[in-house]
Amino acid sequence: MSKQLTPKSSKKQSPESSKNLPPGLQLENVDDRIMTLNVGPQHPGSGHMRLIIKVDGDYIVNCDPDPGYVHRGEEKMAEYRNYITNIPHLERPVIHDSCNILYPYCLGIEELVGIEVPERAKYLRVIAAELNRCVYTQYWLAIYGIFLGHSTMFMWPAGDRELLIDLLEKMSGARVTHAYFVPGGIRNDVPANFEDVCLRQVNYFEKRIKEYAGIFYDNPILIARTKDTGVLSREDAIRLGTTGSVLRASGVDFDIRKKEPYDVYDELDVHSNVMKAGDSYARSKVPWLDMLESCNIIRQALEKMPKSGGVRTKLKPNPKGGDDEVYRRVESGRGSLGMHIVSDKKPQPYRLKISVGSFRNLIAMPYLLKGEKLGNMPAVYWSLNYWPVEADR
Amino acid sequence: MSTSDNKETAQESTQVEAKPEDKPKENLPAFEKSLTDKIQKKFGDKTEIAYVKSNRTRVNVKKEDVVKAAQFIREMGFDHAESVSGVDYPESKEIEVVYHLGSYSDPTLAKQILALATRATREDDPKPGNDSTKLPSLRDVFYSVEFHERECFEMLGVFFEGHPDNRRLLLPEDWADIPPLRKDFGNKGR
Repeated sequence: MSKQLTPKSSKKQSPESSKNLPPGLQLENVDDRIMTLNVGPQHPGSGHMRLIIKVDGDYIVNCDPDPGYVHRGEEKMAEYRNYITNIPHLERPVIHDSCNILYPYCLGIEELVGIEVPERAKYLRVIAAELNRCVYTQYWLAIYGIFLGHSTMFMWPAGDRELLIDLLEKMSGARVTHAYFVPGGIRNDVPANFEDVCLRQVNYFEKRIKEYAGIFYDNPILIARTKDTGVLSREDAIRLGTTGSVLRASGVDFDIRKKEPYDVYDELDVHSNVMKAGDSYARSKVPWLDMLESCNIIRQALEKMPKSGGVRTKLKPNPKGGDDEVYRRVESGRGSLGMHIVSDKKPQPYRLKISVGSFRNLIAMPYLLKGEKLGNMPAVYWSLNYWPVEADR
Repeated sequence: MSTSDNKETAQESTQVEAKPEDKPKENLPAFEKSLTDKIQKKFGDKTEIAYVKSNRTRVNVKKEDVVKAAQFIREMGFDHAESVSGVDYPESKEIEVVYHLGSYSDPTLAKQILALATRATREDDPKPGNDSTKLPSLRDVFYSVEFHERECFEMLGVFFEGHPDNRRLLLPEDWADIPPLRKDFGNKGR
């Protein structure tokens, strides 16, 4: 009796009560078979975001990502600050990769204002950006490991990450939020013995991350959990507009460092890593291969870098752009990171849009999770290289 | 930012878009020029080429033509949206939506970003979803704009007609103020 009554009463209620709801919200009828689960926003497995998952038994039938719990209005804040005072707060969305998120901003301002960057600063920028990419990827890899139940994979990257954080600290003075890139170059030159220390630590780092293959990537448990789960085909990866490691794991060779080189990337031999499988395993392996490639790039940059020279072209106080707009993009740890800066001859940007890789890859999440088992959710979710704070901005 | 600042901005921005036609078209990058020529040949007066720079081009269209223009651009080889930014111009009572389109499948277009811009009318007293601030959705042409358009809807109040899922994304469900990226939404203490 009670089973019959419940749907009837909910049917009667829902049309009336939905009239009072704000647009876009809807009440759903109680259904016995499909269960709705809230994964997050406090759940450690989801990061600062919520996934509204509907399960039929053990299978996910619908997934609705609900980001926004760490939305800080970076784009609005940028409209109130001038081009220089925007630097420290713009790196906040992804503090582990702060050099790469400031990169398109600095390139954009340089194009707007029309200044050249000294040659030595260009190389130091590449070194800092590659070190930062590894720092971010190590952090991500640590979380990926712990959510697949591999505690050693949490400890090793979190420990090895310190090697590169020490280098970045030598360069910029700060461990994570560097604010190292400024329009016109970098904030300060590196200490005298930096090149030797950098080469030594990067070589040791490379040796260490090669050991991850033995405990993680060749581990039969990881392979069993990630092989053939959440397969994203090449066509769908393009259609969904994914970027970064997600795109390259699906067989699309697109790395902005190679396709549209910025600063001195065209003078370095950059190899982009592509895997064809498109499953969670490929998506977890491509960032690791990228770290090995970053070590190569850093060694090349150290060799080719001019040994002396200026590192910063000074701007006039309160730099202004013309009536213009720019769109610049770089390859960050999570894929393409673009900034659309609209200038109106004022010291502040009229509009600053940050298009981040995490936000662009979010669209693939409901697509991949539909039809998966609930137990595979962490393997698929973290393989997307998603950083909630960056996606929310 | 005070309202007098906004006035200047809006006037300046409308002037800029008229400029490129008056300029003599010299020294323009050849490949980028060929892209915009194709669009202009197809649509004629309906499109306005805002600028042609190295690796970056921009086309302004009216909102009636935006879907056809997007379909044509997709046939040219652009296959995904990098970014969708909404820009508020209170003085000309318009909100501009700029789609930055790129290509993964065509290697010759890999460097290119084509910006397709269109404008919607802007209401001083916005009722997101229920007023005249509406644009046709490009989600059927470029699937990747789905979340970008949802963000634009909540941040600037532009309702995308034909979008399957025009809901809040980043803002809380109980947000009761005007869309926050509009210029008349004040930042406290500034």
